[in-house]
Amino acid sequence: MDEITSGFIKAIELIATLNPEVVEITIRSLGIALASTVLASALTIPLGSLIHFHSFPGKRAAINVIQTLYSLPTVTVGLLVFLMISRAGPLGHFGLLFTPWGIIIGQTILRVPIMTGLTISALSGVGSDIRDTAISLGATGAQAMWTIIREARAAVVAALLLGFGRAISEVGVAMMIGGNIRGYTRVLTTAIALETNMGNLELSMALGIILISISLVVNLVMNRVQGRWWS
Amino acid sequence: MTTRIVIAALLAAVFLAPFALAEDEDMSSGERLKIATTTSLYDTRLLDVLETMFENEHSVSLDIIAKGTGIAIEYGERGDVDLLMVHDKEREIKFVDEGHGLERRCFAYNYFWLVGPADDPAAVAGKNASMALKAIMEMGMEDPSVSFVSRGDNSGTHAREKLLWKNAGLDYETVRTSGPWYAEAGLGMGETLNMANEKDAYTLCDMSTFKAFQGNLTIVPLIEGSDDLINVYVAMAIDPATHPNVNCQMANEFINFLVSDEAQDVIATYGTETIGQPLFFPARGNCELIGCSETECAAPTTAPCTA
Repeated sequence: MDEITSGFIKAIELIATLNPEVVEITIRSLGIALASTVLASALTIPLGSLIHFHSFPGKRAAINVIQTLYSLPTVTVGLLVFLMISRAGPLGHFGLLFTPWGIIIGQTILRVPIMTGLTISALSGVGSDIRDTAISLGATGAQAMWTIIREARAAVVAALLLGFGRAISEVGVAMMIGGNIRGYTRVLTTAIALETNMGNLELSMALGIILISISLVVNLVMNRVQGRWWS
Repeated sequence: MTTRIVIAALLAAVFLAPFALAEDEDMSSGERLKIATTTSLYDTRLLDVLETMFENEHSVSLDIIAKGTGIAIEYGERGDVDLLMVHDKEREIKFVDEGHGLERRCFAYNYFWLVGPADDPAAVAGKNASMALKAIMEMGMEDPSVSFVSRGDNSGTHAREKLLWKNAGLDYETVRTSGPWYAEAGLGMGETLNMANEKDAYTLCDMSTFKAFQGNLTIVPLIEGSDDLINVYVAMAIDPATHPNVNCQMANEFINFLVSDEAQDVIATYGTETIGQPLFFPARGNCELIGCSETECAAPTTAPCTA
């Protein structure tokens, strides 16, 4: 119990004094998670729309596979990306291992299934009458699709948020691909793992509290944006 | 309108990310040296001190990846790092023989300690390490309150533990499957120590990690400073003939720095300020004791970086 209380106090102290190392790690965590959110959105929103708006044989199976991959363990993604971008792997000559770019790639892959799946659910949630109305008003197929995506934007944003949360809180990819290099690839989660391993339990607790606070702030901001979009 | 602002903000984030990610501009563009190291050198912050000294003298950023010896060697074999700092003689020699490493350089040592409950139910104090492990096994199979926690993660410490079992005349496979008294943690040294502490169990630990954790622990060192528990830290540059992408010149520079008087002096005194005694001993002047030949001990590199 002592560690939890003193962790809280320490967290407040670290935030209030703007501890440079903590600030630097926090900014890096945010930057990496945001970059991979944008990359993942660029992949998954079109991919989800493609799957939703087209019927093809095996569509049900494809959606099942995507949903199964929601539970893709982060260390497995980490290992997969590691084997791809390691010097001995097929993408080795790019030298991406142990760089922030490597983490961004790993986190993007980690989130593709869940964000694609949630995009599909979001689009499915829009009633077919909206599409019919759009078409009856003279919209082309593409225009009707765009209408539906716009209608579903709140749920799509929720998918982005969930993806962001998964990225900023995961440790498997960041540790395996980034290597937890101080001043270069150290993010909040890997710093927590390191400080725990070094017996600095208070500091670990404090970093954990900062991580949760970030998620809280991001959620509040996005909820505000979402609220505006609804009205 | 709002949509556009959000999209613009997100795009800005992507383009600004590279600048936010690097500590400063030098770090994103300058020369880098990737080092895979065993955790004890890093967790004690000794490497932080050496890193700062080296970076002040050379325009290079050290990328230090602290993992167990097992995975560090794996990184080396794949050519993913430029330099290894590890502690497992057998695997180091194999690594060099297979053409992955240029040469071994012993630069520091300390001791493994056998630690455990203060009342020492298996009566290991005073024994040599192998006999002590044997006693723990015998006691553990009779008395369920006696147990041993192993790293179980292929680290240098785990390798030493296996060697000690072998020296005790026991087959490791037999030992690890002989009952619940033997727990394989599969964790780093700090976590393993905590586990042993929670279970009031015995474990093998390097002395520097133990000292760093001592404040949180009730288990105590029972065997320290025994000759079969010497723990030698070795640096090896990755061979550019096998792995053409590595930064071999800078790796050799760093090794030469490690064996220099300047760095050896730091190693000899590191820890005295914070915990009152050194955490490591320099290899310089102790080559015979730590079983390193004169050519591979605390001497500048001789192997050229020829691809």
